[in-house]
Amino acid sequence: MTSRMRPRWLHPMAWWAWALCLAAAATRVTNPLLLLLLIAAAAIVVGARKPDAPWGKSFEFFLILGGLIIGIRVVFQVIFGASTGNTVLITLPGISLPTWMSGLRLGGPITLESLLGAFYDGLRLATIAIVIGAANSLASPGKLLKAMPAALYELGVSVVVALSFIPQLITDFVRIRDMRRLRGRNDRGIRGYVSLAIPVLAGALDRSINLAASMDSRGYGRVSNQSASSRRLVVGLLMASIVLVMVGLYGLFTTAAHPVLGLPVVIMGLVAGGASLWRGSRERVRTVYRPDPWLLPEYLVIGSGLAVLGIFLWAEFRVGANINLWEQLHPSLDAWPTLPLWGIAAFLIALTPAMASPRPPSNSSSTRNTNEVEAVSA
Amino acid sequence: MIHFDQVTFTYPTTPAPVLRDISAHIAEGELALLVGATGSGKTTLLRAINGLVPHFSGGHLAGSVTIDGRRTQDYPPRELADLVGFVPQDPMSGFVTDLVEDELAYAMESLGVDQQTMRRRVEETLDLLGLSDLRNRALRTLSGGQQQRVAIGAVLTAHPKVLVLDEPTSALDPGAAEEVLAALHRLVHDLGVTVVLAEHRLERVVQYADSILLLKDGQLSIASPSTAMADSPIAPPVIHLGRLAGWSPLPISIRDARRCAGPLRSALIDQRPRLHAVPESSPAIATVTDLDVGYGRTPVLSDISLQFNAGEIIALMGRNGAGKSTLLRSLIGLQTPERGTVRLDLAVEGASHSADPSQLNSRELLHQVGLVPQEPSDLFDAQDVAHECRNSDRDAGCAPGTTRALLALMAPSIIDSTHPRDLSDGQQMLLALCIIVAAKPPLLLLDEPTRGLDYPTKAKLVDILRGLAETGHCVVMATHDVELVAELATRVVILGDTEVVADGSTVDVVTGSPMFAPQVAKILAPQPWLTVGQVHDALARSHKLEDL
Repeated sequence: MTSRMRPRWLHPMAWWAWALCLAAAATRVTNPLLLLLLIAAAAIVVGARKPDAPWGKSFEFFLILGGLIIGIRVVFQVIFGASTGNTVLITLPGISLPTWMSGLRLGGPITLESLLGAFYDGLRLATIAIVIGAANSLASPGKLLKAMPAALYELGVSVVVALSFIPQLITDFVRIRDMRRLRGRNDRGIRGYVSLAIPVLAGALDRSINLAASMDSRGYGRVSNQSASSRRLVVGLLMASIVLVMVGLYGLFTTAAHPVLGLPVVIMGLVAGGASLWRGSRERVRTVYRPDPWLLPEYLVIGSGLAVLGIFLWAEFRVGANINLWEQLHPSLDAWPTLPLWGIAAFLIALTPAMASPRPPSNSSSTRNTNEVEAVSA
Repeated sequence: MIHFDQVTFTYPTTPAPVLRDISAHIAEGELALLVGATGSGKTTLLRAINGLVPHFSGGHLAGSVTIDGRRTQDYPPRELADLVGFVPQDPMSGFVTDLVEDELAYAMESLGVDQQTMRRRVEETLDLLGLSDLRNRALRTLSGGQQQRVAIGAVLTAHPKVLVLDEPTSALDPGAAEEVLAALHRLVHDLGVTVVLAEHRLERVVQYADSILLLKDGQLSIASPSTAMADSPIAPPVIHLGRLAGWSPLPISIRDARRCAGPLRSALIDQRPRLHAVPESSPAIATVTDLDVGYGRTPVLSDISLQFNAGEIIALMGRNGAGKSTLLRSLIGLQTPERGTVRLDLAVEGASHSADPSQLNSRELLHQVGLVPQEPSDLFDAQDVAHECRNSDRDAGCAPGTTRALLALMAPSIIDSTHPRDLSDGQQMLLALCIIVAAKPPLLLLDEPTRGLDYPTKAKLVDILRGLAETGHCVVMATHDVELVAELATRVVILGDTEVVADGSTVDVVTGSPMFAPQVAKILAPQPWLTVGQVHDALARSHKLEDL
């Protein structure tokens, strides 16, 4: 199947939906073996299908981020966390805090159980970050933007532009810090960073003004003779939708409110929002160049994500009937965690995209230097 | 096609108008070249064509600009996007998407062009600009010339009748610049697009132009290239040579000039150019031995061995991405070599010893080697020029007022209270140069010093750098500017494919090279003349000036 599929970009929504399903599944468990399997699935799929483009390389960064998250979680546990269990590994010098700060602790005995608990918890957060990172490297935020409904397009652009500025700010920061050295400056610490901030931000401001000018002169934000009344309608519907959803959610989660304030209001709000989007999109002149099609591979990818999430939710749902499942989802801290059969099944299903999705178009980066004129030797 | 009617424009922050009472007409299918000193308002005029001035910039525009019957007062830039394509100075800063193909389609998506037309136009544009191999490439991985061509393609797909370009070749090596200009030439000839472009390096573009728009003191005058060039102080070397030799009509292109140059060549046959000689025994200031540098797994420099001597002016040349900037960064210790060494020869209290620049602390380094970066504004952090100079004196540990005095010498027109970022490109470069020179480093490095500089500023820079070399500094500059190299450099090092391809005296390296030869060398080949000045001196010496 793979060999016969023409290379193309998979629909970005499919990648993001798959990854969000895996992330949602990760939130349901603390079993490190299950979490590691989810990470492994994400890594294998990224390895098989990441494009040879700058954003394709971002996965490594998210792996490092995951490691950092675990590290920070464990360190916080050592310093502040309350100890549970009784396998004391080491006792740090501690301060006993006044009783009104109960639950907080500085130093004191460190138990294996509390460390392990912190590690499991950190691993869960890290898994979520890594799985989202997989989506980020498989489909860039810019690609996702193309699939946005037209009425939300402007909002999407501002988010994507903001995201693309962060890596740029980091490069600027490094470059300007180098330049400070050329001026014989040695300043470190807060003062050094503050004096760096001015040129870095000034550069970023210049660049965003350039980008805005370029977008404006290329027709960004053209509206086909949209009348003032229709614009008011679109905005009005959107505002009503937000208010209705807020009120509805409040009704859903508080017991004091009248039952009518719950689900019906949320649904009304969603309908109003949908109408606003539909009406707004109809007014736009925008078209989309080569929209990514939604074909069988997209269904398979999104289906794989949903199936994984389904398995995890099923296991959680069945805990009442089968007490072993609780141990499999949230292993106790004094025994080696077990890997259930359904976990392996979920792992295999999560791997589907590595086979079922088309390869991204190749980059032909090797032609970069060869098609330019060779420098002339004297 | 483009009609200016009594246009006067004033920015909101300055009292004096930038453009004064401009009336002009540019006909359909014309390639108009906009010429003017740095800071004369070229960019403002270009932006007035697509309505960015005044809609985006603010300020007050009197009179009217009409493009194909649409007045810019009535249409904001986005409503002119189907008519005017605007390519900004730095193409990378204007890219909205990640991929070449998406970027080409962006303008059409905004205009609501239908699917089939979009597909067709993208394919046509990929072919027209020679980009079809790059269609799936990420924009950030392209070279400068490729980026510039994508930026042109990205506005072309909207099928504008007018194309406006702000210094399209200023950041490009000679080869990439020719690619871009050839693409423009094709648009004008095959598609009848009207092109307006601003460019400082006239030697690259003037032969393609149908008319010259000269912007001076806010006033615009239009003339055909040969009339405009006959008495313009801003002119490429070919024009200066033509004036010196009294050729008439004045040739604009190398080819025409060569056909007139027979008598001049025979007058010069028994002459040799006088060169700025560097004393043989001048001491080495820096030595690079077997240097390898790489980013990740990509090698950038391999097996580089070079010696830099006092009194030399060395030009580093080579295409975009050949490793010129990396070599400069290695010389100042910002780049850790994978192999090999960089040694600076320090003369401290008479005894000489050598040191690795990356091991020196920044205060010592400041007095040994200085770098004027490609973006001079990276060096600035004060709120005005006066503070910037005061900081520089403090950093360099020299007497208060030293930097300001240097600046007054190099750029007398700079006002103390100006914000450094509000200076023109040329002024920023000179301010950065003063800050670096104030510490008197024996080794002075410059990265693309003439980008965006007009001819007078460039001439001033040549004088300054030559003066520094005569007082024993070693000047190393990475540059694409072949005319600057011909004028100034005593030695040329060409980098290609991570290695040193050529290293020798300027005459030996650049004459005969189609890419790096200056105009005078091309006209008078095979004789080894590089600049109009050399020819003038030789003729004066042999009293043949009058004969021509």
